[in-house]
Amino acid sequence: MIEIKNISKAFDGRQIVKDVSFKFEKGKTNLIIGESGCGKTTIIKLMVGLHLPDEGDIIYDGQNFPKLSVKEQQEVRKQIGMTFQGGALFDSQTLEENVMFPLDMFTNLSRHEKLDRVNFCLDRVQLTGKNKLYPAELSGGMKKRAALARAIANNPRYLFCDEPNSGLDPKTAIVIDKLIHSITEEFGMTTIIITHDMNSVIEIGENIMFVHKGQNWWTGDKTQVLNTNNKELFDFVFASEYMKNLFLAGKK
Amino acid sequence: MAFQPINSIGKYFSLMFRVFSKPEKFSVYIRQIIFEINNLGISSLPIIAIISVFMGGIITIQAAFGFDNPMVPIYAVGYTTRESVILEFSPTIVCLILAGKVGSNIASEIGTMRISEQIDALEIMGINSAGYLIFPKIAGAVFIFPFLIAISMFLGLWGGYVMGISAGACSAYEYIFGIQAFFEPWKLYYSFTKVVVFAFIITSVSAYYGYYTHGGALEVGRSSTNAVVYSSILILMFSLIITNLFFNR
Ligand SMILES: Nc1ncnc2c1ncn2[C@@H]1O[C@H](COP(=O)(O)OP(=O)(O)O)[C@@H](O)[C@H]1O
Ligand SMILES: [Mg+2]
Repeated sequence: MIEIKNISKAFDGRQIVKDVSFKFEKGKTNLIIGESGCGKTTIIKLMVGLHLPDEGDIIYDGQNFPKLSVKEQQEVRKQIGMTFQGGALFDSQTLEENVMFPLDMFTNLSRHEKLDRVNFCLDRVQLTGKNKLYPAELSGGMKKRAALARAIANNPRYLFCDEPNSGLDPKTAIVIDKLIHSITEEFGMTTIIITHDMNSVIEIGENIMFVHKGQNWWTGDKTQVLNTNNKELFDFVFASEYMKNLFLAGKK
Repeated sequence: MAFQPINSIGKYFSLMFRVFSKPEKFSVYIRQIIFEINNLGISSLPIIAIISVFMGGIITIQAAFGFDNPMVPIYAVGYTTRESVILEFSPTIVCLILAGKVGSNIASEIGTMRISEQIDALEIMGINSAGYLIFPKIAGAVFIFPFLIAISMFLGLWGGYVMGISAGACSAYEYIFGIQAFFEPWKLYYSFTKVVVFAFIITSVSAYYGYYTHGGALEVGRSSTNAVVYSSILILMFSLIITNLFFNR
C-alpha cells in the first residue's frame, strides 16, 4: 500500500499539485484519471521521488519515502517498476537487453534464467520473438508494451504506469489493461495507473482518484464513476454530447 | 545571472561526487568501460591518424623552408618537428579535436537520454544514473587517450619524415638525427599528464552538459555545442596551468 498525505508541488511559482491525499491499495489497480495537464504525471513523479514534494508525506508500507536517505530510497526503488508516457526504453539496447537490464543490475540469476524471464515477460505483453529489435524499430504501441515488460521483469512490489495504453488500438489497449490487472492480483502488487481512457476506467477501475486542477477532486470506483453527480467528473466521463445523451436517455 | 558560473561549478562537482560513488555492480561497469574504450577511443583512430600525419609533414616543411639562416643546422628541422609534435600538437591540438568529436557525442547521447526520460527510468530502478552513464566514459577515455596520443606522436613524426624528405626539406639522416637530438624524457611526462587531464575534462564536462539538458531536441543541440566550447576553453586553460607547473621552475 502507498499512502500520500497532503502533497503539494509548485513549479516556478505555478501550483501544479495542491494538497493531494489518497490511499493506493495493495492488490488493486488504482487509477489516476483527469484531463491532460491536470498534474497526473507530476503526482506519480512526486511519489517515486523524481520530483521533491514541497509539502506532504509519501508512505510506502510504513516508510516515509521523502524522509529516507538516498541509499534507503534506492532500496525502495528497486521494488518499483515504472513505465513512462514515452516508453523511455534504452535506445542503445535491444528489446531483450532492455527487459534484462533490471535483472542484470539486481539479480545473480544465470544468463539462461534471465533469458527465460525475459521471454516470459515479452510473451505476456505479446511481443514474443521480438527480442533482437531496437526501440527505433518498434511502433509507439510496441514501445509501451516493451516498457511494461521491462517494468515487471524484476517482480516489483509497486507498479506505476503512465498512460500505458494511450495510442494503442482499442483491442490491444484492453489486453494491456487486463494484463496489468491480472499481474496486480496475482503478485499482490500495488499498482497505480494513469489514464484518460474510459474503457480502462470501466474495465479495471477498482480504486479511482479523479484529479482536477492539481487537486484530488473525487474518489470512488468504476460503478460510482458512471453514477456521479460531480459536475467536473461527469463532464470528463461523458466528454461527447452523444455519450452524454445516450447515458441520460438510459437513466430515464 | 552573476552567480551562474559559481552555481555551475557547484553542480559540476556534486555531479562528479555521484559519478565516483560506489557502483551497484562492478561487472556491469567493466563491460561498459570496455564498450566506451572502443566507442570513444578506437573509433577516433582514423581521424587522429590522418590529422597527425599531415600536421607532422606540414610542421617539417615549414621548419625546413622557414630556417634560411645558414647558422641553423639542418637537423634542427627534425628537432623542431619533434618538439612541436610531442609538446603541443599531439597532446593539445589532437585533444581539442577529440573534444569536438567525443564531447559532442557524449553530450548529445546523455542529453537525449535525459529528455526521453531514460535517465529517469534508470533512477526509478534504483540505479545511480550519473555513475552508470558517466563513470565508464571518464574511465574509458582516461585509459585510452594516452595510447591514442602516443600513436598520434608516432604518426606525426613519421609524416614529417615522409613528407619532409619527399619535399626535399632535409635528408633522412638529418631528420632522424634531429628527432633524437637533446631529448629530455620529462617532456613526455608533461605531455601525458596533459592528455590524462584533458581526457577527464572532455568526458566530464560534456557529460555534465548532457546530464543537465532540459527541454527538447533543440536543447540537446545546445548542450552539445556548450560541451565542445567549454571543454575546449578548459583544455587551453589547463594546458597553460600545467605548462607553468612543468616549465616555469
Ligand atoms: N518539470 C516541470 N517544470 C515545470 N513545469 C512542469 C514540469 N513538469 C510538469 N509541469 C507542468 O505541470 C503541469 C501538469 O503536467 P503533468 O503532470 O505532466 O500533466 P498530466 O500528466 O496530467 O497531463 C503542466 O502544466 C506542465 O507544464
Ligand atoms: Mg502525463
